[in-house]
Amino acid sequence: MSSLIASTSRRVFDFHGGIHPSEHKSDSNQTTISRAPIPPELILPVQQHIGKPAIITVAVGDKVLKGQRIAQADGFVSTHVHAPTSGTIVDIGDRPIPHPSGMTELCVILAPDSEDKWCELEPEEHYENLSIEAIQSKVRAAGIAGMGGAGFPTDIKLQPPQQDKVATLILNAAECEPYITADDRLMRERADEIVKGIEIIAYALQPGECLIGIEDNKPEAVAALNSAVKGTRIEVVVVPTKYPSGGEKQLIKLLTDKEVPSGKIPADIGIVCQNVATAAAVYRAVRFGEPLISRITTLTGQQFNQAGNVEVLLGTPISWLLENYGYQPSNPERLILGGPMMGYALHDRDTPVIKTTNCILAPANDELPLSDPAQACIRCGLCADACPAELLPQQLYWFARAQEHEKAEHHNLFDCIECGACSYVCPSSIPLVHYYRHAKSEIKQQRLDHEKSDRARIRFEARVERLEREQAEKEAKRQARADAAAKAQAEKALAAKNEENKDAMPANSGVDPKQAAIEAALARKSTVQQDKTSSPAELKEAWGKAQAKLDKMLDALDNAKENAPEQVEKLTRAVEKNQVRVNQAKQSYEKSQSENAATPSTAINSNAAPALSQADISQLETNLAKAEAKLANMSDSLTQAKQDQPELVEKLERAVAKNKVRVQAANQALLDARATLKQEEG
Amino acid sequence: MALLTLSSPHSKGSNRTANMMRWVILMCIPGLIAQTWFFGWGNVHNVVWCSIVALACEASVLFLRKKPIAFYLNDYSALVTAILLGIALPPLAPWWLSLIATAFAILFAKHLYGGMGYNPFNPAMVGYALVLVSFPVAMTTNWASPGPLLELGLPSLSATVASIWEIAPLADAYSGATPLDLYKHEIAQQTAEVVRANPIYGDFVSLGWEWVNLAFLGGGIVLLLLKIIPWQTPFAVLAGLTLPALVLGWDYDQFTPLSIHLLSGATMLGAFFIATDPVSSSTTKLGRLVYGFGIGVLTYVIRVYGSYPDAFAFAVLLMNFAAPFIDIYTQPRTYGYAGAKRGAKAKENS
Repeated sequence: MSSLIASTSRRVFDFHGGIHPSEHKSDSNQTTISRAPIPPELILPVQQHIGKPAIITVAVGDKVLKGQRIAQADGFVSTHVHAPTSGTIVDIGDRPIPHPSGMTELCVILAPDSEDKWCELEPEEHYENLSIEAIQSKVRAAGIAGMGGAGFPTDIKLQPPQQDKVATLILNAAECEPYITADDRLMRERADEIVKGIEIIAYALQPGECLIGIEDNKPEAVAALNSAVKGTRIEVVVVPTKYPSGGEKQLIKLLTDKEVPSGKIPADIGIVCQNVATAAAVYRAVRFGEPLISRITTLTGQQFNQAGNVEVLLGTPISWLLENYGYQPSNPERLILGGPMMGYALHDRDTPVIKTTNCILAPANDELPLSDPAQACIRCGLCADACPAELLPQQLYWFARAQEHEKAEHHNLFDCIECGACSYVCPSSIPLVHYYRHAKSEIKQQRLDHEKSDRARIRFEARVERLEREQAEKEAKRQARADAAAKAQAEKALAAKNEENKDAMPANSGVDPKQAAIEAALARKSTVQQDKTSSPAELKEAWGKAQAKLDKMLDALDNAKENAPEQVEKLTRAVEKNQVRVNQAKQSYEKSQSENAATPSTAINSNAAPALSQADISQLETNLAKAEAKLANMSDSLTQAKQDQPELVEKLERAVAKNKVRVQAANQALLDARATLKQEEG
Repeated sequence: MALLTLSSPHSKGSNRTANMMRWVILMCIPGLIAQTWFFGWGNVHNVVWCSIVALACEASVLFLRKKPIAFYLNDYSALVTAILLGIALPPLAPWWLSLIATAFAILFAKHLYGGMGYNPFNPAMVGYALVLVSFPVAMTTNWASPGPLLELGLPSLSATVASIWEIAPLADAYSGATPLDLYKHEIAQQTAEVVRANPIYGDFVSLGWEWVNLAFLGGGIVLLLLKIIPWQTPFAVLAGLTLPALVLGWDYDQFTPLSIHLLSGATMLGAFFIATDPVSSSTTKLGRLVYGFGIGVLTYVIRVYGSYPDAFAFAVLLMNFAAPFIDIYTQPRTYGYAGAKRGAKAKENS
């Protein structure tokens, strides 16, 4: 081992802090990777990565082949999901997914058909034949997301914003978390695949140098990699075992002595980091066209009879793995996804293995004992010594407890990577990371609320401003109109005066200019109306419509009188308005009819018209008389009802109102007819 | 059955606060043995007596505050306070003096501020300063002489206890001035040579005291190696004491020599066991250097220019005041930042 370390001439730097928890690597790295059989059911969440959940492209009942896409990436930061084996989609619905909160997420449930039949793949023997874009799209098509644990879509990391400036490509093989040996075994057994994958990634990124960072507790993996990288530009750099050397920022510091500026990503300083398992997946995606449908997961902890690494299909229920790999539940039962430092406790055994599931840890009670009750912080500062981000965890703890968020932020709370080193060394057993998570989420929530209220305030202010502006514009227009009108009137008056002077007609001199304007407008309007409704049929229709509306309104008024007294007044006004409209409509209809009647009759028989009209008038007179009589009758009964039958009053009132309208109409019709007659006679 | 869900990390180191306290107590023992060897049973008696008082006070306050008594007594913090007081107080101090100092330390300096972890001032030093200010005579006349080295022998345990409990006083010869006190007073009229001819200075630095201080230094170094105390604080204390002694106090005909400053009085006990109390000290690495240096300088200033023979308690308390302020101005540079933030408010952040 020492000779291997000596073979790397590169200087390895150090990062601040760090801890040395007991490694437990040999619990699970002694046996080769076994292949887990196909479970009876696969649960495939649409979100197995960082970013937007994928959109399901299959329906219940669909038959799918192994490797077939069943959900499509939604936007840039998202990945596809593929069927890990052939079978039938039996359900689509919410299922518990691996998440610290134990939440559920939309999942596609696949019932395997045991044929395990591949869909058609597009292998490519020589990646050099492909363009860089083609490689990116192949990786995207394969749905690969960072397999070290974070699950960031890999294709995005193959097209960093400053593509020409990738100085260093770092392959993360540190696997610093205790217990996990998935990458260790992968490197020992499939170093070739990893190195070929790295070459493909390097082809896409064209980095200045390419380093594999690996902890010195994996000598076999180092040896395997060293023999695999022979003849390539890839360099294996062995770093001392210290948690969290596998943290992206820490590994960058170890290998390059550079620091990723706070709030930036490695690409900003010309560095791209990929996990070794991701590199292997990239190789399979490009070489064989295989999408990411399985991964290597470490099953470890004393509750497994035989700890080891399994290559397991994505979507395999953890409960099924537990059953098949000799798991004995502890009491109380505890399952951890990931390692003991940063892994999270599982809420439900039926959650599936996803793209980021690198370890299932089932510790015995005394293996990872529950924390003692927390004591007071004595500000010993051991946490600050252990912090790889060089924070002051003891101060952050005070600020988090006191909800002094500003101070916490000032002490760089958001640079905490939640590695857990502080909690690990705390002699008072304070769950420090828990406090930071809480403070972070609270601050984020506050920011969100603040943003929301800011947005609302801006919107409100904009609205007020707009209304004011509109008001001002209206005012300006009105003013302009008034000015124009005044000017026009003045001109008119002047013109009238001129006319008057010209024709010497004293009758016009008394006309008020305003009155004249109104009359002119009215005249215009009536012309328009007449133009619009010239045919009698149309007029009749308009009348009928108006009448119907009026009737409706009367009913509504009726109703309102019973149920909504506050609306009565409004409705009464509306009814009155509509009555006027009805009358007008009727009038114009009758007028047009009489005109129509008059015109042809004049044409055919000029004498018949007046006689007919005369008859009409007498008929109309009769109508009016009848209506008046009826109204009088009704008014009487209304008076009667008001005394004796209050329940009838309303009905009668309505009837009276209707009759009044009729009387008016009749009266109007009579007057019109007379006028027409007179005209014709004239 | 529901699964046990706890947030990460799930793994925990073996270090515990009680463990650290136990080590502090353990590493006091060499010094205590030296004290007993040279100055008699007084300190042992005081350590026991202060411990009883401290535990009783702690338990009763916890009872009143409705806190689990056993859980908090097990952190050994009250015991550390008591033991430090028992070591620091004059060996022949009357029983009530130790009682007042200890009770005040536990009740006022510790629990009135919220108990373990919340006290801004070092409780032992608060208790010490209280009795030093209130009972100056009892605090200066009860220092024991290094009897065996003066061919005087030591009073028996029973005679010592009888003296402390004010049943039967000891012979005057058994008590005497401390080397620090003596030098300060004598040098005003004498030359250094004459002053140091006094038998209590012996051949080396000062009889007995030098060994006691070296024993505490040894214990402190063990704590340092075990990373139970940070190196910055004791280093800075000693530097803060040494620097002014070299620059200002080089004339031994006027000022106490550096060797007496370092190996007499409470220097090593203070630097390694008292100034390193994490709760009331600065908590950043750079801050501890500032804090320790301040204690060293203040100790020198009060010893030389003040009216008290020793000054450690006051120096520590004064720097306790400054510790939160020091913390704010000595934040480390966080990963990914160009420089460290200084001060309470981030102006560059806005």
